[in-house]
Amino acid sequence: MADNDKIIEIEVLRYRPEQDKEPFFQSYQVPFTDDMSVLEGLQYIKDQLDGTLSFRWSCRMAICGSCGAMINGIPKLGCKTFLREYYPRKLRVEPLAHFPIERDLVVGVEDFIGKLERIKPYIVPKEPRTLAQGEYLQTPAQLERFLQFSSCINCMLCYAACPQYGLDSNFIGPGVLALLHRYNADSRDGARAQRMELVNAEEGVWSCTAVGYCSEVCPKGVDPANAVNQNKTASAMDYFLRFVQPRGASR
Amino acid sequence: MSARRPYVRSMDGWWRRNPFFIVYMIREGTAVALQSPWSLAFHLVLLVSFIYHTWSWFSIMPKTMPMILIGGRKLQPGVITGAGLAVSAVVCAALFLLVMKLAS
Repeated sequence: MADNDKIIEIEVLRYRPEQDKEPFFQSYQVPFTDDMSVLEGLQYIKDQLDGTLSFRWSCRMAICGSCGAMINGIPKLGCKTFLREYYPRKLRVEPLAHFPIERDLVVGVEDFIGKLERIKPYIVPKEPRTLAQGEYLQTPAQLERFLQFSSCINCMLCYAACPQYGLDSNFIGPGVLALLHRYNADSRDGARAQRMELVNAEEGVWSCTAVGYCSEVCPKGVDPANAVNQNKTASAMDYFLRFVQPRGASR
Repeated sequence: MSARRPYVRSMDGWWRRNPFFIVYMIREGTAVALQSPWSLAFHLVLLVSFIYHTWSWFSIMPKTMPMILIGGRKLQPGVITGAGLAVSAVVCAALFLLVMKLAS
């Protein structure tokens, strides 16, 4: 690195379970150029300053969802956030909120993964279908109803943003409910009735109080708040019409 | 034997840590007024007095306004009162619809 590089102070929340009683902040002086992301700053720390720093990352292009962290208290992707935005002030990096800390910036994701698996995140055909019938056909309007919700990269920033999830982790949460809605809203799918059981539960949409911060922090424009709150109407309709008509077909 | 010892952070003061949440709490706080029966009763009393105030205002307006002549004839008191009340009703309805639209 050249001598006239700017130096930014990055303060990271450290936690080594085998030696630390509780988390503590450690500061590093990181030389940077204007094109460096926070992720690259962490990589500099690990490569040049402190090899013990632990953090998740993979694609470095905002598609894998691995590098989420609290950057100055706001859930962001490290690869999509730039050091130049914070200079000359210092940068504080902490693990994603509302998740237990395993080590340094690595959080426990079992709860989130378990919830993803519970919602049947795949197309369940409405009736058996043969190869000879060919592919499903969809109009642009049918695509529009679910397309944005399919953009989710499972980065969990919305869970770090959601205070209801932070207060009670039984809540299924914004990202998983958005994915659930992606399948319910898909004209090819026929499993709406089974998914509605999860939606209607207390830990489904009814734990949401429309804070809206989840949609604010989503790096892919999924708008999970909309997915969740659309399903409050769907859930209420299901309840009041449960004796009137069979529910099961998606629209 | 696993060396894992996950650390769970406290949620104390969560809404004070971010301006977005402070605004959210203010929004939720406005619902508290609706919870109290006294507050609701107070607002109903205000609504009744506002309606009576409007009625009495337009009732006395023909006396407080200078005479208006249209086509040589005096503008009738009933017309003045009626027009005033009609405009008030329309404006109130429009405002109500606007608020309902914004709140949806």
